[in-house]
Amino acid sequence: MVENRPWLTVATHVVLVIGVLIVAFPIYVTFVASTHSLFDLVRIPMPVLPGSHMVENYLQAISAGLGEASGTAAVGAGRMMFNSLVMALGIAGGKIAISIIAAFAIVYFRFRFRMVAFWMIFITLMLPVEVRILPTYKVVADLGMLDTYGGLIIPLIASATATFMFRQVFMAVPDELAEAARIDGAGPLRFFWDVLLPLSRTNIAALFVILFIYGWNQYLWPLLITTDPEMVTIVISINRMLSVGDDQAEWQIAMATTMLAMLPPVLVVVFMQRLFVKGLVETEK
Amino acid sequence: MEKRVVFRNPVLPYLLLAPQLIVTLVFFIWPAFQALKQSVLLEDPFGLRSRFVWLENFEYLFANAQYLDSLSITAVFSVSVAALALSVALYLAVQADRVVKAAAVYKTLLIWPYAVAPAVAGILWLLMFNPTLGILAYALRSLGYDWNHQVNGDQAMVLVVVAAAWKQISYNFLFFLAGMQAIPRSLIEAAAIDGAGPARRFWTIVFPLLTPTTFFLLVINIVYAFFDTFGIIHAVTQGGPAGATNILVYKVFNDGFIGLDLGGSAAQSVILMAIVIGLTVIQFRFIERKVHY
Repeated sequence: MVENRPWLTVATHVVLVIGVLIVAFPIYVTFVASTHSLFDLVRIPMPVLPGSHMVENYLQAISAGLGEASGTAAVGAGRMMFNSLVMALGIAGGKIAISIIAAFAIVYFRFRFRMVAFWMIFITLMLPVEVRILPTYKVVADLGMLDTYGGLIIPLIASATATFMFRQVFMAVPDELAEAARIDGAGPLRFFWDVLLPLSRTNIAALFVILFIYGWNQYLWPLLITTDPEMVTIVISINRMLSVGDDQAEWQIAMATTMLAMLPPVLVVVFMQRLFVKGLVETEK
Repeated sequence: MEKRVVFRNPVLPYLLLAPQLIVTLVFFIWPAFQALKQSVLLEDPFGLRSRFVWLENFEYLFANAQYLDSLSITAVFSVSVAALALSVALYLAVQADRVVKAAAVYKTLLIWPYAVAPAVAGILWLLMFNPTLGILAYALRSLGYDWNHQVNGDQAMVLVVVAAAWKQISYNFLFFLAGMQAIPRSLIEAAAIDGAGPARRFWTIVFPLLTPTTFFLLVINIVYAFFDTFGIIHAVTQGGPAGATNILVYKVFNDGFIGLDLGGSAAQSVILMAIVIGLTVIQFRFIERKVHY
């Protein structure tokens, strides 16, 4: 602060604390809801302090979900979190792998159709899944990839943003390094593996954090292509738990599942904050 | 910008590009092309034959009251989300920027909602505003305001806007704070010596210098509200009640995937594509970028 105004400092902190509380409030309510029995939960008003059913609610959510009684198959959050994890890791790893080699080709080689390739990758920025839902679904169905991990991952791994980011990183690598490598007799792949990869380690890590969150939080795509309860991801399962028509939704189990669905990406952001911020800023350049 | 030192190899670059280009062709360009093609065809009810109808699907779309409604709903929705998320984030960032040392702590406490999936954000707010057990719905009712977003379209819109904006605040906050911390302290100090108070300094120095950040975030927020909020709508209102929250991306999904109206859905896809292309052009043309291509 430029000038010393103690009352303003206090006011500022008060505003910020209120802001933090408002932002955190929905999570708190959800947590409270996940620790009560349904009987306590539907009493009006809803309890404002955590209840005593936390352990049993979470155990039920992880192992059996809503269970057979609800008419849906007994697939627990454990299995669904595993599916989400496979998808998130697959998307993050896949995007990074194919983008880094594509950027390497574009930066370090001269060949015909180089610009064509560049523009083809650029175009993917303008074609989010949302604008080509049906035809993409049809392609995946024709390839027999519905309800498979491949179908969840592969159609999403093309990435203009990641390719451009690695292109930036490689452009900043001094030419002398490539020259020296050539003089020492290293071929392009050796140069890529021993020089470029180690140099881009932090960029890869930062991008991985962002893409992991992106992959974990996918909604429309898994919604379209998974029908087998064993293949459902945790983010799309919550909505299915609450769509019960006239029956009383099992809010306490659904909210425990919601907490579990948020936990991995939130932990990643909190504990890898520096990489996360770096990734956010870099992918937007 | 080009590299001076390059490698020469007749096949290697193609092999390196192959995975990315194959995925792009098979899952992006080919389906987009199919959508374009489908948008000028009309299929018979059995899906056996289709005939070329020029722009009939588009004419039908723009004569359709539901589609026009959906357009204006999307406009209201995305402008409200962007306005709410930007103003709250800017306000918090200004406060955080003032408490220099504690700013990092508040940053940690404010950025994590970014990691929450839009659909999950929707569920969080759905719980609080659920007409029977929601704690905020209860609070409103005890104040004499009857909340039921399942029948009241305006309330449903408020709910999805709040949920969508809540998730986006953290992102905006991060960029606003970084933008403000990049403003030279000497400018602010000079203004303070000249007797400008905090509010005056904000409006005459900080805010104008933040314009590029604000504009960048505005575009990002509009793109977010247009395309990434599908999960919120699907999880919270399903486009209802009576189409009150039926934004374009939800409608294209609903008409195509549930209603199986191929031509109409493809025409909607093409319009959405045009919108994304427009937004991408704005993003690359008018926003200072470090990517050269």
